[in-house]
Amino acid sequence: MGLSLNHFLVLGALLFCIGLYGALAKRNAIAVLMGIEIMLNAVNITMVGFAFYNTVKPWSTYLTGQIFAIFIITVAAAEAAVALAMIISIYRKRNTVDVGEINLMKW
Amino acid sequence: MDLATLLFWIIAIILVGSSLLVVGLRNIVHSALALVVVFAMAAGIYLLLNAEFIAIVQILIYAGAVTILILFALMLTRTNNLRTNSNPINKIWWIGAIISTLVGAGIIFAVTIGPYSTAHAGGGAGYGPQNAACPLPPNNVAYIGELLYSPTCYSYVLPFEIASLVLLVAIIGAIVIGRED
Repeated sequence: MGLSLNHFLVLGALLFCIGLYGALAKRNAIAVLMGIEIMLNAVNITMVGFAFYNTVKPWSTYLTGQIFAIFIITVAAAEAAVALAMIISIYRKRNTVDVGEINLMKW
Repeated sequence: MDLATLLFWIIAIILVGSSLLVVGLRNIVHSALALVVVFAMAAGIYLLLNAEFIAIVQILIYAGAVTILILFALMLTRTNNLRTNSNPINKIWWIGAIISTLVGAGIIFAVTIGPYSTAHAGGGAGYGPQNAACPLPPNNVAYIGELLYSPTCYSYVLPFEIASLVLLVAIIGAIVIGRED
């Protein structure tokens, strides 16, 4: 029994739902960010798997999934930097990183 | 069972187990350290999929930079109950569990037994027929470089430049948001 695309897609789905649980159920803002990073990694695994099992004929599209993965990594790095700066800024003002107690924008 | 399949199962089990540790551990620093294992194992998955460049970038950026950034943020936002419960779940965690289970089950259904499943996808692994105007580079990294930079072949020059602009804006935004006032 060899590997197939389904192995990687199911692995990506499992990682995605674990990360989604982490992002939805955690109270520490940094833990929420960790869940989002796991979700982005799951999407990357799916993208690279699609690129590997691609059978589209023009060769210029063979690695499009890997190019997408590179852009996802770029955006994830930018997102992590901005989100952690926001968390530290909020911590300075409110002295907490609990997302249940951060209600500055609650009307 | 060949070597690639064996490696896939080992890496996949470590990957899912350590990501469960990330969402399950009570000490958030231990969660961040389990996240390193998740990123490194994801790099192993990329190597299995012939994506050497993505694997190296994954190690450099995720396992190196993002994890250090997260650990620094943990250090700067100390909580007083670090050892006992610094990574709590909220009151409605079961709604999150239900939603994530439904999403995961939906995706797995769609890719395995759904009507549009990928059961008849190609065998994978390989490059297509050569294009005379743009000869195929010898390896994956050169190929990705050609796709990202080459002005003659089909390329991603403009999205690449926009991505660098996004990084610049993120750097400036992080400095502006995070500085002392």
